Amino acid sequence: MSNELTGPGTSADNLPAEEPIPNPGLPSHTWRPTDIDEDAARRAERQIASMYLLSMVCVVLFCVTYFVADVGDNWTTFLGLGASTVGLGVFLGLALLLIGAATIQWARKLMSDVEMVEMRHPARSSDEDREATLQALSSGAEDSGIARRPLIRNTLLASVGMLGVPAVVLLRDLGPTPGQAAEADYPGAGLEKTVWTPGMRVVRDVVGTPIRASDLEIGDLVNAQPEAIFPSEESGLPELEGAELLIAKSKAAVIVVRMEPDTIIPGEGRDNWSVDGIVCYSKICTHVGCPISLYERTTHHLLCPCHQSTFDLSDSGRVVFGPAGRHLPQLPLAVDEEGFLVAQSDFTEPVGPTYWERDHKDIGDQGEADL
Amino acid sequence: MSIDTSRVATSNSSAATAKKPGKAGAVANWADERLGLGTAMKKNLRKVFPDHWSFMLGEIALWSFVVLLLTGVFLTLWYHPSMAEVVYEGSYDPLRGVLMSDAMASTLDISFDVRGGLMIRQAHHWAAMIFIASMMIHLLRVYFTGAYRKPRELNWVIGCLLLLLGTLEGFTGYSLPDDLLSGTGIRAADGFMKSIPVVGTYVSFFLFGGEFPGDQIIPRLYMIHVLLIPGLLLALIAAHMLLLVYHKHTQWPGPGRTEENVVGFPMLPVYAAKAGGFFFIVFGVTAIMGGLLGINPIWKYGPYDPTKVTAGSQPDWYMGWPDGALRIMPGWEFHLGGYSFALNVFLPIIVLPGLMFTILLLLPFIESWITGDKREHHLLERPRNAPTRTALMVSLMTFYGLMWAAGGNDIIAITLNSDINQITYFMRVAVFVGPAIAFWVTRRWCISLQRHDEAKLLHGYETGVIMRSPEGGYSERHLPISENAAYTLTARDRDVVYTPGSETDESGVAAPGGRLNGLRAKLSELWFADNVQKPTAQELEEARHHAEHEHALTAALDGVAADGHQFDGHHAVEGESLRGH
Repeated sequence: MSNELTGPGTSADNLPAEEPIPNPGLPSHTWRPTDIDEDAARRAERQIASMYLLSMVCVVLFCVTYFVADVGDNWTTFLGLGASTVGLGVFLGLALLLIGAATIQWARKLMSDVEMVEMRHPARSSDEDREATLQALSSGAEDSGIARRPLIRNTLLASVGMLGVPAVVLLRDLGPTPGQAAEADYPGAGLEKTVWTPGMRVVRDVVGTPIRASDLEIGDLVNAQPEAIFPSEESGLPELEGAELLIAKSKAAVIVVRMEPDTIIPGEGRDNWSVDGIVCYSKICTHVGCPISLYERTTHHLLCPCHQSTFDLSDSGRVVFGPAGRHLPQLPLAVDEEGFLVAQSDFTEPVGPTYWERDHKDIGDQGEADL
Repeated sequence: MSIDTSRVATSNSSAATAKKPGKAGAVANWADERLGLGTAMKKNLRKVFPDHWSFMLGEIALWSFVVLLLTGVFLTLWYHPSMAEVVYEGSYDPLRGVLMSDAMASTLDISFDVRGGLMIRQAHHWAAMIFIASMMIHLLRVYFTGAYRKPRELNWVIGCLLLLLGTLEGFTGYSLPDDLLSGTGIRAADGFMKSIPVVGTYVSFFLFGGEFPGDQIIPRLYMIHVLLIPGLLLALIAAHMLLLVYHKHTQWPGPGRTEENVVGFPMLPVYAAKAGGFFFIVFGVTAIMGGLLGINPIWKYGPYDPTKVTAGSQPDWYMGWPDGALRIMPGWEFHLGGYSFALNVFLPIIVLPGLMFTILLLLPFIESWITGDKREHHLLERPRNAPTRTALMVSLMTFYGLMWAAGGNDIIAITLNSDINQITYFMRVAVFVGPAIAFWVTRRWCISLQRHDEAKLLHGYETGVIMRSPEGGYSERHLPISENAAYTLTARDRDVVYTPGSETDESGVAAPGGRLNGLRAKLSELWFADNVQKPTAQELEEARHHAEHEHALTAALDGVAADGHQFDGHHAVEGESLRGH
């Protein structure tokens, strides 16, 4: 014990020395049946060897399964998993378990179980060692002259410290800055824009067909996309693929719902953003960006499945519950000459989760209901 | 049954005699002349490790990490860390012809077209869960037994870092298949990053190589998952083990087991066999789980599409508690000077985990500062004998558990058919009140257990024999516990409340920081308040004297104890039989 390390004020040395009960010492060793009965020992030996043997059998069965059982087509033979998966897992597992069990059995039954005592040493070095180390350190420092020549020491530290700069600078090309991304030449580049443009058709998700306003019943919900996601020769929009397509989809996805027109409480300046009770909102949650799609038609509430933020689609997408801090951005809708839903413009504010540079104030309480 | 010790097997002796070197000796000589193994291994081959089931928990973590390395290497042979768009043409019919990333397609190939691929993939995922769960339980064991006290504080810190890195490793790992569920997780992570003031947007753009999702994130996560974090984990695990060997393992107090020694079995052969065998057990269990228990069926989720999501989207369980904090956080967000502060995201998902992790790291240092205890400790303490310490962790666990439950508020609402809004409001209060209640209850519970121990020491154990006095009063007869049991109960330190009075240096000048030390003294008093100390020799003597007096009164009854009680495990049973009256 290192009482000499005990700081002032600690009371380790005030502890009463007398203990109520003296240490009786290690209990005497008790013999196991395998220690005193040669038959028991031989039985244990046989058990252990048979487990090792069985393990080898399991490896053979593993190989048989590997070459016999099919993968691919029959992938729900047992427990919703393929025969190959189940067989390989079970036989490999058993082969391993048997080796483990046999080895532990060997340790428990046949290896010596006499407890040994080893003495501990304090973690700290001895005073002589400390002294010698300090001596060596100061000799080294003395020989180098680092203390006598602070100019060398300081410039050394500064120059090595400066090497952090290349390490950081080299990471610069990990990606564009948000500003550079906004200048990029793909459609809807940057956090403030999406691929929506004035007059772009709202099309159904997956299939890409335009939505005729008159086809929507009251209470309907359509997961929709801008037509730019599904370009055709007719629309003349550029083909999007790879990362550009994913980026476009991750910002431009919308949901279109139709409700009784008089239930809509339009926000300030949003009187003409709906078409006969059809409203369109960003599908990307303003909390952390999950796509939202759980809609309750009687209340016009839209619930995010990730963190349960709930938005009121009849009231400018106001947050009625949950951790989201802002309303859902609304896409102003119109109909084109063929009666299909189109966007009047891009979103008037950035969609998705909040970021530091986002300079758009919440529209506040637009409706009559208070939070 | 009498024991004939003359027939003891020769294996059971601790003194092994070295044989003359043969062929193996020649190899050993060759190696030793180059590596000096003889000196290096002289002590460590027979290094003593104490035995207790709870010392196995860290071993589970170690071996599951080895399983992760082995199965992970196998998976890298087929996995393609690429977000290039491909058309899936593999065996899984429902997705054939669907556009997806190469990462997703290659994961489906591993699952359906590589024999054993799904088994190994599932074993890898299960091993990851076992790795993190066993690290957590190992951490709790180390905490509740006070094993993190001096000189092991740094190993506690390393262990905490391992838990943090393991969690990140898990997140990067389950994100690699680029399926719908994990993609949703990455999208949320993008939202988390963007909530960081000033630099958040840049962090996100640099990590994703531009706007979310881009085509860089999967290869970058892959590098982090297979190179960066495993390298750090390996280095830290090595340091963790080296410190374990240097400090020698802690042990439970008991007859012959003191602060100065370590009692147990030698590394060679017993622990080599037990620990080595246990590796095969852990590997075997994960292989069987990989074969029988489906996990993360990405083919059911489908490829990632930023416009889609499934209800009940949840991260792996170990990421669940910050997600719960995120769910119950009120929607606080404000704007100032053209900038946005997303406190509703930043506080629960960035600040809170960082804060909790810092608290975890500092626990040993906080405790030793409050108690002023600078001694080395190698004997473990029972949780009851450190009521405040135990209560502190139970309080943190309650916080963790409630947050974790909040992370499943939608599942709870559906399962219990209750209102998710009310569950959320309840949780907002419960995460503050629950830990306080847990702290108080645990602390009192520990203290009553201490009182129970004290009663056993002073008055003996309850025999279950009810005595009736001539006056007609009933009492239960107590008998003393064995000497070994009594010693074990008293083999602990007396708590010493820190007093700032002695706070002067050698020349008698009051040490600086007096006010801080006043706080320290108050905290120390609270820390130990109401703890039951072990009896002094005198108290024990008085209690025994009292008991002897009582026994004298009932001595007449000793031969005629209620039939059957002679077999209650506290008596020698030789020659005893049921008297049958």
